Amino acid sequence: MEFTRRETLAMGAGAALMTVLPLRASASASDDLIAEFTGGADMADTGLELTAPEIAENGNTVPIAVSAPGATAIMVLATGNPTPPVGTFNFGPLAASQSASTRIRLAGTQDVVAVAKMADGSFARASKTVKVTIGGCGG
Amino acid sequence: MASGVKPRVKVPKKAAAGDAITIKTLISHKMESGQRKGKDGNIIPRSIINRFTCDFNGQNVIDVTLEPAISTNPYVEFEATVPEAGEFKFTWYDDDGDVYETAKKIAIG
Repeated sequence: MEFTRRETLAMGAGAALMTVLPLRASASASDDLIAEFTGGADMADTGLELTAPEIAENGNTVPIAVSAPGATAIMVLATGNPTPPVGTFNFGPLAASQSASTRIRLAGTQDVVAVAKMADGSFARASKTVKVTIGGCGG
Repeated sequence: MASGVKPRVKVPKKAAAGDAITIKTLISHKMESGQRKGKDGNIIPRSIINRFTCDFNGQNVIDVTLEPAISTNPYVEFEATVPEAGEFKFTWYDDDGDVYETAKKIAIG
């Protein structure tokens, strides 16, 4: 079987696309989740603080903290994980401050994104890149 | 039922009325993500705690949805207002339908 120059080029382009797609898929999954959470509304860059380490030695337990005064809910996403959702914090009437901290798993170096829903219906977004030395999703 | 599940909660014994206090909670749970493979090469099924709530005298403080990306032994720290003496009630919901509960009293003073 012989390949023409045109066919070879097409195959190469296809292979390149295949390697790029999985990454894209994960990123768009988080975009979809954000859109679902905000209903497509615009997000402000201020009002939400996301604290995460710059370098995490162990991806199994990465301490993070979110704080957004006046928020009713904060959603956290790990864009590079096989399943991006990390958790959603809903604050009740007795929450003294709209802040919480927890420990999360990160599969590798990636952006952690938090989106806060404010009491007035607006949204804020914050993200932070965390370098992970050892991934935390087993396998 | 996941074995060895033990909730641990740290709440101050007393606070002034209207004060904000920090509450730390931890529950021992393996939080199997459903991504790992066992020795036989099969995927270990997901088994996590998917929801945690904290209420004070029937009023909600925080309601957290947990996903597989939360670490083993899920730890949550948050702040609550104490308007009066009463009891904090903590509830964890497991994937397998189990509900783990614990409560802590707080006095005013």
